[in-house]
Amino acid sequence: MTVPPKVRLAGRRLLQAVPALLGIIIITFLLTRALPGDPAVYFAGPAADAASIAEIRHRLGLDRSLPEQFLTYVGDLATGNLGTSISTGQPVLQEIITRLPASLELTLAALLIAVGVAVPLGVLAATRPDGWVDHACRFVVTAGVSLPTFFTGLALVYVFYYLAGWAPAPMGRLDIISLPPEHVTGFYLIDALLAGDVAVARSVLAHLALPALTLALFTLAPIARMTRAAMLQALGSEFIRTARAAGLSRRRILIVYALRNALLPVVTTLGMVFSFALGANVLVEKVFAWPGIGSYAVEALVVSDYAAVQGFVLTMALLFVLLNLVIDLTYTLIDPRLGLEE
Amino acid sequence: MHAPVPASIAAAGPAPRYGWLRHLRHVVTGNPVTGVAFALFLLLVIAALFGPWLVPYDPLATNAAAALQPPSAAHWFGTDQLGRDVLSRVVVATRLDLAISVAAVALAFVAGSVIGGLAGFYGGWIDRVAGRCLDTIMAFPLFVLAMGIVAAAGNTVENIVYATALINLPFYARMVRAEVNVRREAGFVQAARLSGNGGLRILAFHLFPNALPPLMIQVSLNMGWAILNAAGLSFIGLGVRPPTPEWGIMVAEGANFIVSGEWWLALFPGAALMLAVFTFNLLGDGLRDLVDPQRRT
Amino acid sequence: MMNRRDVLRGVSAATLGAGVLPFLKALPAAAAAGDTLVVVTGTTINSLDLHRTGTNRPSYQVAVNCYDRLLTFGTKTMPDGTLAYDYDTLKPELAESWEVAPDGMSVVFHLRANATFWDGTPVTAEDVKWSLDRAVTVGGFPTTQMQAGGLTEPGQFEAVDDKTVRIRFHRPSKLTLPDLAVPVPFIINSKVARANATADDPWAMEYLHRNPAGSGAFRVERWDPGQQLVYVRNDGWTGGPLPGVKRVIIREIPSQATRRALVERGDIHLSYDIPAKDARELAAGGKVPVVGTPVENCLNVLCPNLSFEPFRDKRVRQAIAWAIPYEDIFRNAGYGRGAPMWGGAASSDSIAWPQPSPYTTDYDKAKALLSETAFAGGFEVPLSFDLGTAEWGEPTALLIQEGLAKIGIRTTIDKIPGANWRTVALVEKKLPLHLENFGGWLNTPDYYFYWAYVKGNLFNSSNYDDDEMMKLVDETLHMRMDDPAYAPKIRRMITKAFDDVPRIPLWQPSFEVAMRPDVAGYQFWFHRVPDVRTLGFRQA
Repeated sequence: MTVPPKVRLAGRRLLQAVPALLGIIIITFLLTRALPGDPAVYFAGPAADAASIAEIRHRLGLDRSLPEQFLTYVGDLATGNLGTSISTGQPVLQEIITRLPASLELTLAALLIAVGVAVPLGVLAATRPDGWVDHACRFVVTAGVSLPTFFTGLALVYVFYYLAGWAPAPMGRLDIISLPPEHVTGFYLIDALLAGDVAVARSVLAHLALPALTLALFTLAPIARMTRAAMLQALGSEFIRTARAAGLSRRRILIVYALRNALLPVVTTLGMVFSFALGANVLVEKVFAWPGIGSYAVEALVVSDYAAVQGFVLTMALLFVLLNLVIDLTYTLIDPRLGLEE
Repeated sequence: MHAPVPASIAAAGPAPRYGWLRHLRHVVTGNPVTGVAFALFLLLVIAALFGPWLVPYDPLATNAAAALQPPSAAHWFGTDQLGRDVLSRVVVATRLDLAISVAAVALAFVAGSVIGGLAGFYGGWIDRVAGRCLDTIMAFPLFVLAMGIVAAAGNTVENIVYATALINLPFYARMVRAEVNVRREAGFVQAARLSGNGGLRILAFHLFPNALPPLMIQVSLNMGWAILNAAGLSFIGLGVRPPTPEWGIMVAEGANFIVSGEWWLALFPGAALMLAVFTFNLLGDGLRDLVDPQRRT
Repeated sequence: MMNRRDVLRGVSAATLGAGVLPFLKALPAAAAAGDTLVVVTGTTINSLDLHRTGTNRPSYQVAVNCYDRLLTFGTKTMPDGTLAYDYDTLKPELAESWEVAPDGMSVVFHLRANATFWDGTPVTAEDVKWSLDRAVTVGGFPTTQMQAGGLTEPGQFEAVDDKTVRIRFHRPSKLTLPDLAVPVPFIINSKVARANATADDPWAMEYLHRNPAGSGAFRVERWDPGQQLVYVRNDGWTGGPLPGVKRVIIREIPSQATRRALVERGDIHLSYDIPAKDARELAAGGKVPVVGTPVENCLNVLCPNLSFEPFRDKRVRQAIAWAIPYEDIFRNAGYGRGAPMWGGAASSDSIAWPQPSPYTTDYDKAKALLSETAFAGGFEVPLSFDLGTAEWGEPTALLIQEGLAKIGIRTTIDKIPGANWRTVALVEKKLPLHLENFGGWLNTPDYYFYWAYVKGNLFNSSNYDDDEMMKLVDETLHMRMDDPAYAPKIRRMITKAFDDVPRIPLWQPSFEVAMRPDVAGYQFWFHRVPDVRTLGFRQA
């Protein structure tokens, strides 16, 4: 009976995620099998004859029935074996472990930029609803979300790399001749700083700038909109009126009372935006040759690389479940009432 | 099942028709941005309806001698790598793009509302099953799910619409469920029940309209996403099949020409796409003001 | 313009400078910029072992650069002064010399006395036998390619002594020796491989997949799948002249536009396999040298599938061949790179392949031919192409669609993703009308016809089935090219191919590479993967 409520909440949340994960495993399995094309033929390479295709099909286990294949797959999963990606020739698990930090670093950097810009914009817009600031803010964030990320990305590359020469070549996370910093977190920026290597850190930052900006532009809108809406609601509520009547300063009302109360929906949105941005990464990674999991998934899907697609989707799903858990826990921190319910 | 929108608008004011119109005028004049959005929307609708008769060239006709021409008096938006007129293609594409986004969002809206409404109103096992299914969809990386569906089912317009609708569905369902669930024991519901209204009727006409304002924000965002989603699919080669003009595929293909200096290929369809997404987003805000008057002022 | 570039160069040098410090820390010997060459490609290397199941084409470069074969091809200078491999000259690589037996049924190779693997052990006949045994046994592509040269079973390879290998033939064939110079029969350090083999994996596929063990000019220093491959020079290489650079980095950049920007800005040294459009524009710009080489024994073709009713009638196929806007396609899809393959003489004496077909764009002729058939009113058919070749496939398909519409044939265009393409187009052969671009590694007309015009063979995606053609291919495939019977038979094959048109030639594509002006030594190879052994920097 001494289990703290927050731990109980976390446990319950994780348990709730189990059916969803099962669903994902089944759907992904079926979806990959529904992909057109025969991987055995594709991987038999040029000039392969029927015998060698049949042999490869057998080696990949594709000549067995679907339920059999599924059981094998689940059995492998249970032992932590995600299979081997045929298109890169590496174990999927290892591939994801090396690529996930790249995607996370990019997404988090983008989110950091987006929050830094969008929250103040949203607050500003909410203080003068329908004023010119509000309209201008709406205009800017809507413009950001209105362009496909690959277009924004290529345009930024064209201007800042090709024409101006300010940005480094869009060739991944580092200069060609720099070696990645020693692996601690997998986030190059943090690792480089931990290693005290300022030159590498600078290079990492320079390479991160354009892709993060591209992604940030795309995520401004939901955050800014939600901040504005939540702020409006908070500012219109009883307790703010009371606070105003009590003669509290404008700034104090805005930051301490309104913003704190508006944070709740903003944090929820942030979680959604994060998972959404991690998905939107796919195209940004392709433009910037970013070695993340998004570009990996696209390639895998195009060549019907079953193991890689399944591994990718499963990882993203797990990440999403964890993320939701973190949001829920953050909730209880922001809003103490929540943790005590139930 | 498609009645809710007018019903809710009717519920918004006491004297439906007159009040609604006056309110519209108020919203349009009171908020210049929304006014602009309505004007843009009208422009898009005109382009979608009459586009093929308005354009100077056949959007599919190639002219190998005039390939990759920069914008000029003859070709305002220039020509593409096969000498097709970009202006004509951009205008004619409006119909397909609007159709894709409207169809996808409408499908997601209707299906999501039904699922969410039923789950929220009846609760119990319906709620649990629906909730688990939605969780499953939500836990997918959405763009990759759309990619997978289109790759598996084939890249036709219908499949792009279904995939886009499916990945947007949970957002609607969850919102409706939450709104309905919160209010299902509320006083006005009890009152409606006492005056002899059936469960479904209460759900559709008394509970559902309350979910409309947040749904409208969702619709406004989703209209844009639907087009962007199709564009993203085009970028990896899973878009509408050629030679059909579609903004996303034009931007995706044109993007490769930016570095070689043929900026007009991506810029103009990109601008059209942006304009449309823009319009939908701003319009959504305007609609919310219409539907939810008390949030204004 | 020149000024801007110079300024930009300075900026990029500064950016590079920022990274030199850690580089020094890790790789002290190779700090001089002139020692490292950076090549970008758009494709992913998925294995370091060509023999492995599922190894993709871009990975063949490891076999080329890190391993030696017994033989290699010579080099020839093209009419425009660029270099290309020479199919007609075989040169020693691991073998110092070789003699074909008087009866023509076997060949003996003498290995170089001083040839060693990277670990210092000498290359022996045992290694050669083990490697060739592996190539003919593992199945899949390597085994099929070996079969093309008549090499089918381990019994054909014999280690006579430490430095002598004998290869026996089932029948004399002009294809056998050239087939020993393609990337497939590379020689592996069998001691290392055996030490890492298991009962389940007697050929050490798992080990060699990640750890090459060869005697070639470069070793793999680093492989980050999906990102880069770093080669470092093997200073003890004896198979040819020592490469001019110490280190070569193969960097994978998926975005085509990015690759172009990189080479234009001079941030990388060489961009491999660039689109025809970029090739034309960069060549016209004059600042980035571009080398374009017509791909030998390769054609971009339109295939009407004879399993489908309208195309069973030869006149329908001919009508289509007359209704294609060749000129426009070559200009707008091929950007004028490569060689036109239409408007040739009605009857040609040449046995060169590919050669222009007699067809041109003549809609009247096409309509007249079509009106003689049961399909005078036209018909509807899907026109498919591989998404992976959309670069030229899409504009080509669109222009063909327009041309065919003029004679009443209505087409809908189908883009087929890479994974599905091989299945439906080549294996199941069920695409009614599609674009195809097969190129034969071994450069003889009969080899092309063997793959593309013989029933059941992989690249005969038109389902062409003709007894005379089968017989001609069978007779010429292993025949010496200087045999007096050879030329007439090839002429007959070509005439037949143009009359029956199961494959309608559009143009011969060109393989394009762009590089910085200071890069020297690039040479075209039929395998179309980068051979970095000849690359170096131009001396100032």
